[in-house]
Amino acid sequence: MLRSKGFIKRTKKGNAVKVVQEHYLREDIWCSVESCSQCSHTESILRVIPSNTKIVDSPHFIVADTNLFMNQIDIIEHKSIRNVIVLQTVYEEIRHLSLPIYNRLKAIISDTSRGFYVFSNEHHRETYTDRLKDESPNDRNDRAIRLAVKWYSTHLNRTAKVLLLSDDVANREKAKKDGLLAFSVRQYVEGMVDFPELIDMLGNTADNQETKNKEFTYEEHLSSAHISNGLKNGSLYQGSLSISTHNYLEGSIMANVDGTDTQIMILGRQYMNRAIQGDIVAIQLFPRTEWLKTPTEVIVDEEEENMSTNGEAKENNNIEVEEMLTSAPQPTGKVIGIIKRNWRPYCGFIRKQTVQGSSTSTLSENVLVITMDRRIPFIRIRTRQAQNLMGQRILVSIDAWPKDSKYPMGHFVRALGSAGDKDTETQVLLLEHDVPHQDFSLQVLSDLPIEREAWKVNEDQLRDRMDLRNLNICSIDPPDCTDIDDALHARQLPNGNYEVGVHIADVTHFVKPGSALDQEAATRGTTVYLVNKRIDMIPTLLGCNLCSLHEKVDRLAFSCLWEMSADADIIQVNFTKSVISSKASLTYDEAQRRIDDLRMKDDLTEGLRLLNKLAKKLHARRLERGALTLASPEVRFQLENDSQDPVDVVEMKDLKETNALVEEFMLLANISVAQKIISKFPASSLLRHHPPPTESKLENLAQSISQFGFTLKYNTSKDLADSLNKAAIPNEPYFNKLLRIMTTRCMMQAKYFCSGNFGKKDFLHYGLASEIYTHFTSPIRRYSDIIVHRLLEACINTNSVYSSELTDKTKMQKLCDGLNYRYVMAQLAARSSVELHTNIFFKGKTEKEEGFVTRILKNGFIVLIPRYGIEGIVCSSKSSLSATPASPVVYNPHTNSLDSSLCDISIKLFNKVMVQITIDEDLVGGMRQKLKIELLNPYIPGLSVNNEGKGSVRKSDDENRLSSNVKRMKINV
Amino acid sequence: MSRQELLNPGGLRIDGRRATELRKIKCKPSVLRQADGSAYIEQGNTKCLAAVYGPREPRLKSQIIHDKANINVELSYAPFSTSERKRRAKTDKRILEIASAVKQTFEPVILANLFPRSQIDIYLQILQFDGGTVQICINAATMALIDAGVPMRDYVCACTAGCFDKQPVLDLNNTEESSDSPELTVAILPRSGKVTLLQMESRLHVEKFESVMNLATEGCKAIYKILDKSIRDNMKDATSNMI
Repeated sequence: MLRSKGFIKRTKKGNAVKVVQEHYLREDIWCSVESCSQCSHTESILRVIPSNTKIVDSPHFIVADTNLFMNQIDIIEHKSIRNVIVLQTVYEEIRHLSLPIYNRLKAIISDTSRGFYVFSNEHHRETYTDRLKDESPNDRNDRAIRLAVKWYSTHLNRTAKVLLLSDDVANREKAKKDGLLAFSVRQYVEGMVDFPELIDMLGNTADNQETKNKEFTYEEHLSSAHISNGLKNGSLYQGSLSISTHNYLEGSIMANVDGTDTQIMILGRQYMNRAIQGDIVAIQLFPRTEWLKTPTEVIVDEEEENMSTNGEAKENNNIEVEEMLTSAPQPTGKVIGIIKRNWRPYCGFIRKQTVQGSSTSTLSENVLVITMDRRIPFIRIRTRQAQNLMGQRILVSIDAWPKDSKYPMGHFVRALGSAGDKDTETQVLLLEHDVPHQDFSLQVLSDLPIEREAWKVNEDQLRDRMDLRNLNICSIDPPDCTDIDDALHARQLPNGNYEVGVHIADVTHFVKPGSALDQEAATRGTTVYLVNKRIDMIPTLLGCNLCSLHEKVDRLAFSCLWEMSADADIIQVNFTKSVISSKASLTYDEAQRRIDDLRMKDDLTEGLRLLNKLAKKLHARRLERGALTLASPEVRFQLENDSQDPVDVVEMKDLKETNALVEEFMLLANISVAQKIISKFPASSLLRHHPPPTESKLENLAQSISQFGFTLKYNTSKDLADSLNKAAIPNEPYFNKLLRIMTTRCMMQAKYFCSGNFGKKDFLHYGLASEIYTHFTSPIRRYSDIIVHRLLEACINTNSVYSSELTDKTKMQKLCDGLNYRYVMAQLAARSSVELHTNIFFKGKTEKEEGFVTRILKNGFIVLIPRYGIEGIVCSSKSSLSATPASPVVYNPHTNSLDSSLCDISIKLFNKVMVQITIDEDLVGGMRQKLKIELLNPYIPGLSVNNEGKGSVRKSDDENRLSSNVKRMKINV
Repeated sequence: MSRQELLNPGGLRIDGRRATELRKIKCKPSVLRQADGSAYIEQGNTKCLAAVYGPREPRLKSQIIHDKANINVELSYAPFSTSERKRRAKTDKRILEIASAVKQTFEPVILANLFPRSQIDIYLQILQFDGGTVQICINAATMALIDAGVPMRDYVCACTAGCFDKQPVLDLNNTEESSDSPELTVAILPRSGKVTLLQMESRLHVEKFESVMNLATEGCKAIYKILDKSIRDNMKDATSNMI
């Protein structure tokens, strides 16, 4: 082995530092081509297979340069691209340039069927090259790539050819001069006649795009050196751009201006300067005189729209919604540079008007893709399948946004299916909410127990665990529940106290840390429940069978056993791994009936009664501490069996005692576990907290209910709970619930955190009024619980070995951040799924319903319709763009109401109104549907629609049901 | 922007070594005339000079131990040993800790009771630093002590090993050391296989410990061969000069 040394210079932290590293060159780096006689590699990744492109007829291997991976990763990911030699030079450059692409490349490399081989050319004696005098690092790398191609060509001699793929013309020229085969991706892909879709997937880099409207340009972005200077001296601000969901031309970042954290507004596409939702941008503030004074000025510039291409204004049917909130000038600025792009593939559909070719044309043409997420601009792509793709949902990636193009350039990735189809739309919403939903990979499935369904509790496990199979344990869940996380039991002890046990499925027995299964579960983070579908976090075999605590089978559990006095005071608590055998899997109803039926005297029922008695005491004590009872307007769809179409909306059932029973003990288990793990891992426990709400939001709410004569106190959660209980109008039963719903919206999100990063007083869970809280009881559907199980096991079993993940504060916090993100996304996805089904439900119907005003806007108001649990905007002016001479209602900022200019009616918060619900199907050529809500009563000329429409009028007997269809929600318990 | 990849898919480390390979070692005893024994050793880019004086009369009466020799180890980093020039105080606790580790390593090996009321000074200077201070200090000190003719039970050879993900790796350089991977330093008496120093930085899963320990021991034995050869060659030169 020959070893020699190279020297590398590097700079760190801004100041130039010379770093000298050793660089060994070796002779034992093999080519990894099968049937190579000169190399002695044990495993050959590159296979000699017949060519599938027309440009070369013999077997070949591909070497691609860095830019190719950066711009055309979608093509590289395509299954038809095989036998690629990834040079170390390229591999390392990619890692420095883009982590997401690097990770995608790594995923391809690990898939052995693809034949991607990393050739360590930088450490190979014959392919290493020093940088020449006056040669730029890029040129040196290009030369190193060519050198490696050359080495491979001579090494392989005649068995196979090596192609250099590069979109850099100069590089190809040089390669040809050296006698190498070099092609552009386009040439290569065009030769692959079996895969015509590849051509559409070619990335749109600036150089193969003819630029169109020269008169239109964005401002040039500043260089990164300028930006970092500006950030240092305080003239620029940085933040993640978030665009309003109501108005795609209104963006903002959170930044610290003059010592306070404020929102900086960026208005209009020109000032957003090619930044996209989620990008980290650098912002320059306008002088104070140009700051936004009142939100009234948040109107789209006429000029801005005039710049648009024909007919676009019509399509932007986004409602300009403006809120009257503050009168202080809001800092306003413009984007002058982009620090980090946060692009992902976007779902969308082709805008019909931009397709020009005839229906048989297969010429490639430029079309605009309208993204499903309104905050994302349209994307220009080049495709030959425009005709085929019309009416379909497609996935596109953004490649670049040159300054002289109004819209970003992108390329087609794949088609998802026809618009309006339920499966397609479900897939769209999963993609848009970044929910990992592919089937589990073989590697993950191989981590399941080899016995599969036949797996049984064996002798070893019985010996190591507490045998609780003789106890009368049962589970209580909603009907049709297949993943049973938890089971309970209670019995009297000889000393007069009670023993209560909560038994949680022992998922960590099957999901070992670091396994592929574990990593997959960690990335998924949570099971996602959609209306018609469930996206599991762990494979069904575990979730619904081996872990699930079904009745009458032996199952492994993690048990939490309390000794309690008759007053439900905890005397001691014990945690243990156990084997249980549930005696019965009950539904809430069944359990309730057992408790109520006084004739039943069996042990199981007696246990349930005991649990119920203790739960009531625990509940009362919790309310005493100030736990909140909040609400959300939730409904469930009844689905037709075959088509899975929603046929009716069912209200959520009233909360039964048994419901509260289970909840009470789960809370208790979570709190007990939290106290235990924090005692052993004070710095690295995974906990869950719920910060108190910001006062300003509750203040607004308090103000608006003062008109009904109620006060809202919110100093402590106890005060809030009390005043919520008092605020009830006898003849309007829904009022209280509405108030609770609105209070819920003022709350902060409950979040996971790592205990080492927060002070003790920040551990507080406001909604539950608990000083400490974590998640322990649902390991089948939440990854956080899996971590907590591992922490708890490390606490109780001193012999247990655990990896550093459990003690590393930074890793734990990173995990928490990831999980928080996944949970929010899962919630949003679930909500979109409800919205999707609502739209399907209302298709072709016109319903009249009662609603309540929940928010007043400048040009409309938001109505909540309890019957369906939906919320929508009633617009006072049809579009802010069409210059309606006089709006029928005028916003009155003093009373926060909309006053009619023609009659004496005003619309205020909490008003009861009658509305008509229809589906607006014709938006954007039928590609987008929207719930349309129009005012019926009170009748305001110009705003309300004419009363006698078609459709059925639901009689007021529905009103009786209104009160019941709100599920009391435990805030993110 | 991202953390460095310590092992690439081809199984190579940042500097091109495989997981179980040592860096290149060059060593030479008797490099200083003034000292009673001396040695210079390079392990990759870490370079160390050792000088041994003694057994001689202690400078301070308080250091006299009546039944054996006092072993005194002093370690210093040259200001130019790292890319950022920086002078380290003699009282730097990290340096004192390493010096005391070296001292403890040699105390059971040197036959100190042959020289009561005397002192053996070991001066160590790191000329260039690229990770693995403890191991190079011990290896340099061994050579210098042998060169000085101080009677010892055996060589003492030291080597580090770490663990990236699940792969045990030998002889970490500075980049690898600072990547928060666990690092185990082992010093053994190569002929008997006895361990005289075992030092661990960061945490290592107990299941991995044995394989890492075995690898480090293998490393020590490989280093022993190199040191032994160099000393024998040097002796041959010296004896041939005599004749």
